[in-house]
Amino acid sequence: MTEQSVSSPGRAWRFPLTVRFEPRLVEPPRWFPLLVSFGAIFFALVLGGGVIALAGGDPVRSYAHIARASFGSLGVFSDTLVKATPLILVGLACALAFRMRLWNIGAEGQFFLGAFGASAVVLIPLLPENTSPWIFIPVMILAGILAGAIWGFIPGFLKARYNVNEIITTLMMNYIAVAWNNFFIYAVWTEGGFQMSHMFPRNAWLPRLADYAKEVPVFRGLTVHLGLVLGIIAAFVVWFILYRSRWGYEIRLIGDNPTAARYAGLNITRNTILVMMVSGALAGLAGMSEITGVVHRLQGSISPGYGFTGIIIAWLSKLNPFAVIPVSVLFGALILAGREIQPSGVPKMIQGIILVSLIASDFLLRYRLRIVLRGREV
Amino acid sequence: MRVKNVWHVISLLVLFALVLSACGTKPTTPPEEPPAATEAPAATEAPAATEAPAATEAPTEAPVEEVGGFQIPEIEEGKFNVAFVLIGPHDDGGWSQAHYEGLVYVQENVPNVHTAYIENVPEGADSEQIFRSLSRKGFDLIFGTSFGYMDPMEIVASEFPDTTYIHISGYKSNTTNFGNLFGAMESMKYLAGMLAGARAKADGNPKLGYMATFPIPEEIRLGNAIALGMKKTCPECTMDVRWINTWHDPIIEKEAAASLFDAGAQVVFTGADTPAVADVAQEKGKWGVTYDWSGSCKVERCLTAPYWNWGPVYAGIAQGLIDGTYTPGWDYFDADTGGLGLFGFMEGEEPTTGVQDLPPEVIEEVRSLLAQMLAGEFTRFDVFSGPITDNKGNVIVPEGEKFSQPDLDQFPPGAPGLECTYCMYWWADGITAELPSLSQ
Repeated sequence: MTEQSVSSPGRAWRFPLTVRFEPRLVEPPRWFPLLVSFGAIFFALVLGGGVIALAGGDPVRSYAHIARASFGSLGVFSDTLVKATPLILVGLACALAFRMRLWNIGAEGQFFLGAFGASAVVLIPLLPENTSPWIFIPVMILAGILAGAIWGFIPGFLKARYNVNEIITTLMMNYIAVAWNNFFIYAVWTEGGFQMSHMFPRNAWLPRLADYAKEVPVFRGLTVHLGLVLGIIAAFVVWFILYRSRWGYEIRLIGDNPTAARYAGLNITRNTILVMMVSGALAGLAGMSEITGVVHRLQGSISPGYGFTGIIIAWLSKLNPFAVIPVSVLFGALILAGREIQPSGVPKMIQGIILVSLIASDFLLRYRLRIVLRGREV
Repeated sequence: MRVKNVWHVISLLVLFALVLSACGTKPTTPPEEPPAATEAPAATEAPAATEAPAATEAPTEAPVEEVGGFQIPEIEEGKFNVAFVLIGPHDDGGWSQAHYEGLVYVQENVPNVHTAYIENVPEGADSEQIFRSLSRKGFDLIFGTSFGYMDPMEIVASEFPDTTYIHISGYKSNTTNFGNLFGAMESMKYLAGMLAGARAKADGNPKLGYMATFPIPEEIRLGNAIALGMKKTCPECTMDVRWINTWHDPIIEKEAAASLFDAGAQVVFTGADTPAVADVAQEKGKWGVTYDWSGSCKVERCLTAPYWNWGPVYAGIAQGLIDGTYTPGWDYFDADTGGLGLFGFMEGEEPTTGVQDLPPEVIEEVRSLLAQMLAGEFTRFDVFSGPITDNKGNVIVPEGEKFSQPDLDQFPPGAPGLECTYCMYWWADGITAELPSLSQ
């Protein structure tokens, strides 16, 4: 049939090549995903460089500067890690839920509730101002985890019990969470009319490297805080849950094949609720870590969309808890570097291009590209 | 299979980081030498080997950090380096643009100075990192131009004693390297209120509107100043208020302005950053009063604009710090510094069409009051002098008494050390809105 169409002279001229995408039936070689991702970043940088050049800039020097601004010295690397800390935790929150195919889009809201829960300990106050940090911080961690877990429980319960789509409920609950926080910032805990609570007492701050600058001068100005350690511990815990525990096996089985899981007698209702709660708890911990490690007071604009970036991070790290850490560092660097060129529109666009390229490159891992010469088809 | 993936991702990221830092470390080494030295070898190498990579690399090592249309916030050795942190885009047509023009003025008028800016910086934790990063780079003077930068600047100021931080619109200072700066915009709002009142009266619809940002002393003070001016030229006028809870959001600003016009307002003031209010006024055939930037009052239906003229103020501070004569503290300037303006009434400006057909005696009164302000004879304390009654009929300031500075910028009872007697938590007579009750 194809032979005919090519040889028939009456037909209009057609492009001599066709590009076809065929599903990969065999696993690509080890080096291939690496090459593809690397190529995607390179492609994005070239594209972004074109944008910079079009806008009248020098791409090479701009990139050099961006790199220096997020990895160039101990100080800026510390800033990168500070940005990465909440991303690690929300990334883990998303990765865990996604592994069971629960699409928790609500990490942002759970983040805000975690921040609220931790703040409540200081602001209600549940503990007196002069409590020792050894009690203060664990209680705040628990409060943040609890508040996030409650925010995760609601959509989890609705999903498990009434089969309400969790994408919609978690997404909508983000708005409720922000409004909830705003209510307390504007009305209850406002400091003299300003939209923020008073500053937390020093003993309710997560310890930072900079706090030990007196003993170790190198730490001066390094704001990396205990939250990073919490994030790394959380990565180990999530990994252990998913790959070394019976419960994790259930989660993965339900995610991969819910029908089989049901026949195997797994309690899907209970697992849905539990996974949403743990996912919410992780995001809540992120909120707690940010509010007690960086912001030190309850206020608006505590998140430049960490919860949503968490979705992308979980996805790019292929839902692997350990991969979440370096991917978060990369995103932390991107957020930080975004400040380095003014006006601020261009770096944001480059971030977007890198992101889209990385996500799109995933396609090449699952499909192979074949260029077919017209008339040579078999 | 899964384990394999991890290693792929990790190794990819490490590689990416290495490539980036490799690019990054190269240019960092030369700037450590004096700039003259780096340019010399590049010049000698270039003719020797035209195709050599050294020649192509030479331009990237130039010490100038301006990249075409871009600006990278980096210091220049040997100069007095000034950085501006802006809440909105530098060309927002309002607040941030006014500051940006102040930056340009400093660059052009203060000798041996280098300026840089960072725009769109949210208040709160993000800004703290920005201030720290600029300090680490070695900027000598950093201006933070939004209220919410106050505490982050205070924290960073304690870490970098060699850098001076000037915060605009707050109320804190450490009197060594962290200072507070603001100006008596209430004087200009007062004059604009007089014009708006006369305009509404002339149009036969004695209603004004005020879209205020946040319920903080500054916004209440400016709203009251408008109302006091309005009552002077139009005793029967009233003013409605909408809280928009943002400094910069063109969409919300538009909606709030439309809502005030729809509720019957004839002239609407904005307390936010963009000239959206005048655009809506244009659509509705009413009047808008823009704010902040001298260039914001462009459309026909813009009545006037009280604006900031930061240039001379900033240049004065920069020069004062270079000379060692300026000490950060609480710096609150009046109109006589040249830092404030009323569009259509300053030197070289023509009154807008909306002002031109107002009663001549009103225009004359505004002109003479403005002249007194510019001469330093009429200050913010004269705007807020008794008798003033609030919209519930209570006397706020009796005849013969005046506000003091803490009364202007504090809620009762005032911050420690800034206790106030009259305080700024009331709406002036004629304002048809209520303030939420203070919970503390």
